[in-house]
Amino acid sequence: MQIHVNGRQMEVVKDSTIGDLLNRVNIQEKLVVVEQNQQIINKAVYNQTTLTDGDVIEIVHFVGGG
Amino acid sequence: MIAGRYARQERFAPIGKTGQCRLAAKHVVIVGAGALGSANAEMLVRAGIGKLTLIDRDYIELSNLQRQQLYTEADAKQNRTKARTAEQRLQAINPEVEIKGIVDELDEENGEKMLHDADFVIDGTDNFQTRFVINDVLAKHRKPWVYGGCLQSTAIALSIIPGETPCLQCLIDHLPQEGKTCDTVGIISPAVQMTAAYQTSECLKYLTGNGLSQELVQVDIWGRTYSAINVKKLLNPTCSSCSQSATYPYLTKEKGMKTVLLCGRDTVQVRPGEKGSLSLSALAKAVKTFTDKINDNGEVLIFEVEAVRFVVFQDGRTLLHGVTNINVAKQLYQRYIGA
Repeated sequence: MQIHVNGRQMEVVKDSTIGDLLNRVNIQEKLVVVEQNQQIINKAVYNQTTLTDGDVIEIVHFVGGG
Repeated sequence: MIAGRYARQERFAPIGKTGQCRLAAKHVVIVGAGALGSANAEMLVRAGIGKLTLIDRDYIELSNLQRQQLYTEADAKQNRTKARTAEQRLQAINPEVEIKGIVDELDEENGEKMLHDADFVIDGTDNFQTRFVINDVLAKHRKPWVYGGCLQSTAIALSIIPGETPCLQCLIDHLPQEGKTCDTVGIISPAVQMTAAYQTSECLKYLTGNGLSQELVQVDIWGRTYSAINVKKLLNPTCSSCSQSATYPYLTKEKGMKTVLLCGRDTVQVRPGEKGSLSLSALAKAVKTFTDKINDNGEVLIFEVEAVRFVVFQDGRTLLHGVTNINVAKQLYQRYIGA
């Protein structure tokens, strides 16, 4: 199924979770804020929150450089 | 005042002549005079801020010149300090601004003294340790600031008004460690400029009486993606840094990096602020990109870079062999392991 991540289309397997998505894009869970269809998702439930077709996901990842 | 110097900026309606006059009476402190610090400082000095203070602990090296716009090859050859060199360069750009460069590391002991009289603070640091100290100081003094970070081709920024919008502690809640720093995975200067452009814009907005953004913003300038999340809801009413019951953990040394010089061994031990948040395998992967002197036995990760031997334990505790100065050790740790 198709979702939108940071404005880009992405193909993901059915029943995958926010946790799976973060793994796939290689991002540490503790360092992100994730929004699913304009709702911020609590870090504690990333692995229980499933994605559905057409979801609009925003992932913002803290970085330390400067 | 030289006539017409700020004419184009005054024409910009949200600032106008009124905003320009306000700017001339304001004091901004920038912590860090590296890439972000340089870019922010130059924009603010050209914009006619009243007073600018720049704090930096570091000296200029050749590898800085690709993105740290205030410095020249001659500065790098002489290993001049960033704070003093920036001060001179900025003063030449605009003699009307009162500019002060401080060669020091902002920490839990001097942080309040350095930031208490700022109207706005800009984060130009390259590590979360210092950012969390800034976060606590400014939460305590209820002063606004803008976090900025950049890595590879990504820019990220967030304005923070303590008590009104979420602070770094509300959003992250621990000192991050992930083995990715500008020294290990690189950075291009457009990511610096993008971050600084956002930070300076927020600073100008606030100081001219316009509202700050409530969004956490991220731009990948190479991959052309943009994200913005309104984080207002994440303001934590029991936050240890910014709530009514704050304890300011990074000012009391309860949290934060601890260092010990191991006498007679040319070794410094660095103990990170948070145990157990480091992944040795992820760090090993990052380390392999810049050195082949590496040994990963699953229990400890040992590698050598800049003639220093790092021995990293699973809880993040690290021995740096070949170093006798605690501040040098801290910088090396932040450069190659992060925090």
